[in-house]
Amino acid sequence: MSVLILEQTLNGLQFGLMLFLLAAGLTLVFGIMDLINLAHGSLYMIGAYLVAAVVQATGSFLLAVLAAMAGTAVIGVLLEVSVLRRLYTRDHLSQVLATFALLLICNEIVRLIFGSQPVMLSMPAALAGPVQLLPGFSYPAFRLAVIGVGLAVAVLLYLLVGRTRVGMWVRAGASNREMAAAMGIDVKLLFTAVFGVGAALCAIAGAMLGPLLAVQVGMGESILILAFVVIVIGGIGSIRGALVGALLVGMVDTVGRAFLPMLLRSFLSPAVASGVGPALASIAIYVLMAAVLFWRPQGLFPARA
Amino acid sequence: MHKSILAAGLALALATSAQAADQVKVGFMSTLSGPAAAIGIDIRDGFNLALKMSGGKIGGLPAEVIITDDQQNPEIGRQIVDKYIKRDHVDFVTGIVFSNVLLAVAPVVFDSKTFLISANAGPSLLAGEKCSPWFFSVSWQNDGTPESAGKYTADKGYKKIFLLAPNYPAGKDMVSGFKRYYKGAIADEAYPRLGQLDYSAELAQMRAAAPDAVFFFLPGGMGINFIKQFSASGLGKQVTLITTAFSADEDIIPAVGEPMLGIYNTGFWNHDLDNAENRTFVAAFEKEYGRLPSGFAAQGYEAARAIDAAVREVKGKLDDSEAVRKALRANTFKSVRGPFKINRNGFPIQNYYLRVVERDAKGRITNRTLSTVLKDHPDAYVEQCPLK
Repeated sequence: MSVLILEQTLNGLQFGLMLFLLAAGLTLVFGIMDLINLAHGSLYMIGAYLVAAVVQATGSFLLAVLAAMAGTAVIGVLLEVSVLRRLYTRDHLSQVLATFALLLICNEIVRLIFGSQPVMLSMPAALAGPVQLLPGFSYPAFRLAVIGVGLAVAVLLYLLVGRTRVGMWVRAGASNREMAAAMGIDVKLLFTAVFGVGAALCAIAGAMLGPLLAVQVGMGESILILAFVVIVIGGIGSIRGALVGALLVGMVDTVGRAFLPMLLRSFLSPAVASGVGPALASIAIYVLMAAVLFWRPQGLFPARA
Repeated sequence: MHKSILAAGLALALATSAQAADQVKVGFMSTLSGPAAAIGIDIRDGFNLALKMSGGKIGGLPAEVIITDDQQNPEIGRQIVDKYIKRDHVDFVTGIVFSNVLLAVAPVVFDSKTFLISANAGPSLLAGEKCSPWFFSVSWQNDGTPESAGKYTADKGYKKIFLLAPNYPAGKDMVSGFKRYYKGAIADEAYPRLGQLDYSAELAQMRAAAPDAVFFFLPGGMGINFIKQFSASGLGKQVTLITTAFSADEDIIPAVGEPMLGIYNTGFWNHDLDNAENRTFVAAFEKEYGRLPSGFAAQGYEAARAIDAAVREVKGKLDDSEAVRKALRANTFKSVRGPFKINRNGFPIQNYYLRVVERDAKGRITNRTLSTVLKDHPDAYVEQCPLK
């Protein structure tokens, strides 16, 4: 039982960190530019497809990750300059409509290039198997790598946003855009740069999740909803909030799925428990979000406190 | 006066009704966009291939096929089918992938006295009491494939099974189909939500339950995610994976690659079935599209051939719906799946085969047929169907 709990904790941590990679970019864009970007999931999809394409061409996973980060950042910057820049002053409804259109366009372009069949992206051979952590307990090496990369990105982002001048601009932009602009920050350039960094984070997420999940058209939408839940819980615009929110969502989701049905079975009949358990587990994170919104409508770590 | 003119018109209409039509109209509605598009596209490609091989004709008549995307949305499906019936006056509707879309449009199609040829979905609701004389399936009833997987599991002597299926109606159907033939112990079961991405919690549950084998039904991307994660977890050393063709066909294998090797699965067809029709189909499909056909592609191909055979049988007299029905029931074409009859509820009586994923002679990872698990297998609901 203790092994099961340990394994599920690692699972929750890993799922949370992978959500963090997506939520970090999303929360910066939402918090600083006040832009609801539904196409964020498309950047994640583009990142994963780029990784798959480069792996197939060169065979090197590391090279593929770097290439995909650069490629996705370029695509993100192009999107920002050509389309999204025009949406900052619009209301949220226009933003949702426009970025939803972008999402559909991205999906169809990827389908035209790569086809409708999901493409293959395997784990690098060195990380493909399990690793023995304790006697009698092994854990997939790749999931450990996801945890490592997630933690590294979190630390890097924390240092970047909390300790550097650029980070100061970003924080200033997140807490008060007009004032930041008035104090002489080139907000336009800052926005483009933040968007590029967000896109590169999407590519990392695509690279780390692609080998675990299906690389297919529409893969961005299913995970985008969870990323939005994370930033609403964490507080919009806050990297720290995104990290805490992502870990909470990851843990609640994993623990809910793993232990709720077990718990219910101890006092309900198996038939009822097998019906109610999964239903409750699948809404657990939304219950968490509702509770956070009720007690802390600004999220746990609001950027504009 | 008006009445008599009307009567004369009617009489005229009736008199001409048994004449041969000058063309065949087919409404082909399928899921061609979104995450599940790969299935609809395979069905469409199979259908188009059959059409191309018959020179663009159906039953010797010029064919007009209207291809529309239902976006996996029952309401959009309703609108499309309304248009097919009221404006296009199609003779057949086919191509539908999802049971929920099929069930939403079926009443409209049946009420308009149009034939619905299912090239995929086979909901139990249409197989039993509510079976319809306007419905024919060239694929399977939903329960058939998991029943054969259950039979194989029981025959093989597995005693402790872990069940995994999404928490929605077809998922539960698949599990109940499996349990109809596998009566042994259930180590544990898990019902993740439809579209779940990460299976780490279920894999940990599996490790704790220590089953001999896992039966899973996770269609499309869900199956890809699960198999990749299962392989990385190292559980494969202790546990055998058993599934249906829905998670182990040509739409999944290329996306997963090597972790697919050694997965046992059952289905109504495989590209290596040794009969002349199948060899022709597989060769033509590979030549046309440059990939191996999946079972879905075979279903699309068979839908076109079933319609073709029926139209040929009635010599193009499509207004005589009783004759068309008889012809569809008799299905005179030779199926790529081998033995294939249509039951009185419109669903197939057919074999289900055991396949295993291996490397073939050309080094491709694909399915090889091992044996016939269920022979001439009817569905479980036909007894309740009042049709004769």
